[in-house]
Amino acid sequence: MPPIELKPEQFTSYPPEARKLVTNYLATLQRLPLSFLPSLLREAIDYDFKFPAERKAIERELANLNSLSAEQTKDWFQGFAQIRLSTQLEQFDWVNSPAQFVEQLSAYLWTTHQLDAFRTAALSYAERLHEAVPPEPLAMPRLGITVIGQGVATPEEPLFRKLRPHGVYFSRVQPENGLKQLLDAVAARAKAHPVPHGHWYIDGGQEAPHDSALTCVSYRALEPARAVLSSKIRVEIERPGMGPETLRTLLAQIRPADLDMAQGSGGAAVKSGNEVLDRFQVKLLTEGSGTQIFSTTFAQWAAREALRRAQPLTLLVRFALRQRQKPMNEMLSGTDGRAELDPMGSLVDADIGAYYNWLNQQRLAGAEQSSFLVWFENHSSAVVIGPSMPRGTESATAADLQTLLSWMS
Amino acid sequence: MTYHMSSQPKTARNSGSLSIPKLKDLRSNSWELARQMAFSRREFLRSAAGVTLGGTLFGSGLLPRGGIPQRKRKVVVITFGGGARDQETFAPEGQENIPHLMRELIPQSTFFTQVVNRGILGHYVATASLATGVYETINNFASLPPEHPTAFEYFRKDLKRPSSDTWVVAPSNGFNRIGESNHRSYGPGLGARVILPKHLLTAATSGSADCEHLLRDNYETPFYAPELGGSEFELQQLEMLLKLSVDDFKKHARTLSSPDELSVYVTRQLMRQLAPSLLWITLHDIDIAHAGAYSLYIEGIRRTDRLCAEIWKTIQTEPEYAGNTTVFILPDFGRDSDDDSGGNGFQHHRTGDALSRTTWMMAMGAGVREGVVIDRTLESTDLVPSIGSILGFSAALAQGKPIAELV
Repeated sequence: MPPIELKPEQFTSYPPEARKLVTNYLATLQRLPLSFLPSLLREAIDYDFKFPAERKAIERELANLNSLSAEQTKDWFQGFAQIRLSTQLEQFDWVNSPAQFVEQLSAYLWTTHQLDAFRTAALSYAERLHEAVPPEPLAMPRLGITVIGQGVATPEEPLFRKLRPHGVYFSRVQPENGLKQLLDAVAARAKAHPVPHGHWYIDGGQEAPHDSALTCVSYRALEPARAVLSSKIRVEIERPGMGPETLRTLLAQIRPADLDMAQGSGGAAVKSGNEVLDRFQVKLLTEGSGTQIFSTTFAQWAAREALRRAQPLTLLVRFALRQRQKPMNEMLSGTDGRAELDPMGSLVDADIGAYYNWLNQQRLAGAEQSSFLVWFENHSSAVVIGPSMPRGTESATAADLQTLLSWMS
Repeated sequence: MTYHMSSQPKTARNSGSLSIPKLKDLRSNSWELARQMAFSRREFLRSAAGVTLGGTLFGSGLLPRGGIPQRKRKVVVITFGGGARDQETFAPEGQENIPHLMRELIPQSTFFTQVVNRGILGHYVATASLATGVYETINNFASLPPEHPTAFEYFRKDLKRPSSDTWVVAPSNGFNRIGESNHRSYGPGLGARVILPKHLLTAATSGSADCEHLLRDNYETPFYAPELGGSEFELQQLEMLLKLSVDDFKKHARTLSSPDELSVYVTRQLMRQLAPSLLWITLHDIDIAHAGAYSLYIEGIRRTDRLCAEIWKTIQTEPEYAGNTTVFILPDFGRDSDDDSGGNGFQHHRTGDALSRTTWMMAMGAGVREGVVIDRTLESTDLVPSIGSILGFSAALAQGKPIAELV
């Protein structure tokens, strides 16, 4: 079905707020090419379960599309309009299954060598949208904190090699109460600027005591959900005819209740907003690669997704020890309590994870004013990056983490 | 902007995505970046390994291969398993991970700095494309043969060679159909014998736990492995062809630390017992990167570097191979760049950006000039026609062209 034939009643399966949103913009959607529209609907269909920053982004994008004249729309989507689609794709139920359509479109673009053309069209669209709808100013400069090296006495290789050129390396950090100081600072920011899902704490192991104002995700808290997911996967892959595409579709349909998360995070009853976080956590496990088996991968991917989706003002990520590599089936079936750990490997993973956290933070609005701190937990080394921090320098000044944070602001 | 850095859909036919990179990236031309990366490789190799820019030497004469009778010529292809990026290999900060390539192999090789893969970036389909010289579009995770004739089929049909003269040692069950295509003019009965060491070990150990560390498989879709089909190497042939008892095989396997080490062990046996003229080894340990653990990815690179050197040493010491063998070492493709927000850095190869498509190739041994760097762009489909020129077959249906500097 071509987009021009879209009708309001085709969106009855959408959650209420998503349905209201897309039907309000139906005329706008009808003008978009099929190579583009399902990508937009893939985001819109989950509108009810998106973070505030994501909701605002969809609203602003739709409003902008609505403001374009017919001629402008044609111009903006010229590249997408030139993408050739198969009859199978044209006949696909892309209204109700936009994510599956996009997966199939992806495969089709690769096989027909149109991926580069799609990529060019997408880049052009993104740039135009960015110019037409610039990001709004932040309530406060963004702060990222990453804590690495839990349980490691001495690194085998120098730490922070990728981050040092961007800030100041402090070699005499006073580590006492360091984690608490960092969590207190994050909590203080949350109280000063109480934005829903605006201040996060992600832990790759057992979460430390923290302020309830923080949105918290931890690997340990999700252990029961991971176990349920692993057993579901094991059952599914043994079914005749099961393949990666089918499995992926099944994983995409998993909801918090399917993983016994109906009580929400922390055992609290599901309240408004918790469903958003629970769905986010399910996606970490069903869409992330390696998040089910390696805590370091989980922490890095959770941070990436939190930054991409929630765009928090504050993000503290603490890496923990991951299990040693074993055959995939064994890792999927094991539990953390019995797993042999890999401290040095975990530290290397976390070190690059810290770098990726910074890179992903700097992709967001307000990057020029953003700050970042990475600390080797319970040790005396840290790197601080920010507008007031000279790049590629070292300092032997003794200071605790609270003091370092004060220098960044 | 909701599409930025979106999570990556992965499909069976490929490992691609439709995400849109961050706006900062839009202002740089990724192919230009790829060219710059190739330039960096060249500059680095010139300074670190003391090699010469090929353009200045090209045309001054090739090393003679003519002295080697065609029947005696051998080619060994090693895919530098699972894709590695420059920053963990040839860039200054990555060179510590590839000491054997840098110090031992590159000085003896002609190094091509820019080999572009314009096909689908999934390991099976990309390796199949390398083997056919055509960008294959088959399902990456299904048990399907390539659609175009493989180098093995050209080799056997044109030169009337027996099946024992060309072998593939492949990393995972998903590669079991790579030995021969379903092309109507070639196909069944004309391909290579395929040996899947992990499959062999599974059969040999009857599922016991003591060698499970060697059975890691299919990192792109860790939850799923296609069922076996085709003409994979059977356990009973272990003793008959490789002169290796099941007990010895198991005993030695227990001393190894990775699936690729097992592949190299089997490769050595194959070379000693059967000495195939066209041998293809696909290493794969590096692809553990899909699990997101950087330390394991780096370990994989270091191990692959060591194993490449070990294979080269074996070639130099085995009488059937020494002096008459041309070796190609190349990745099937790279991995996503840190700068592309559509990916997640080293973890995957899903963005299809220029850096993940642009890799390198090393040629060494018989007929290859040593210590030369070639800058011009090659396509990964050029490999099969080049092998054809060396061994004396015509890759009639391949899209690529013979590499002039090698033939």
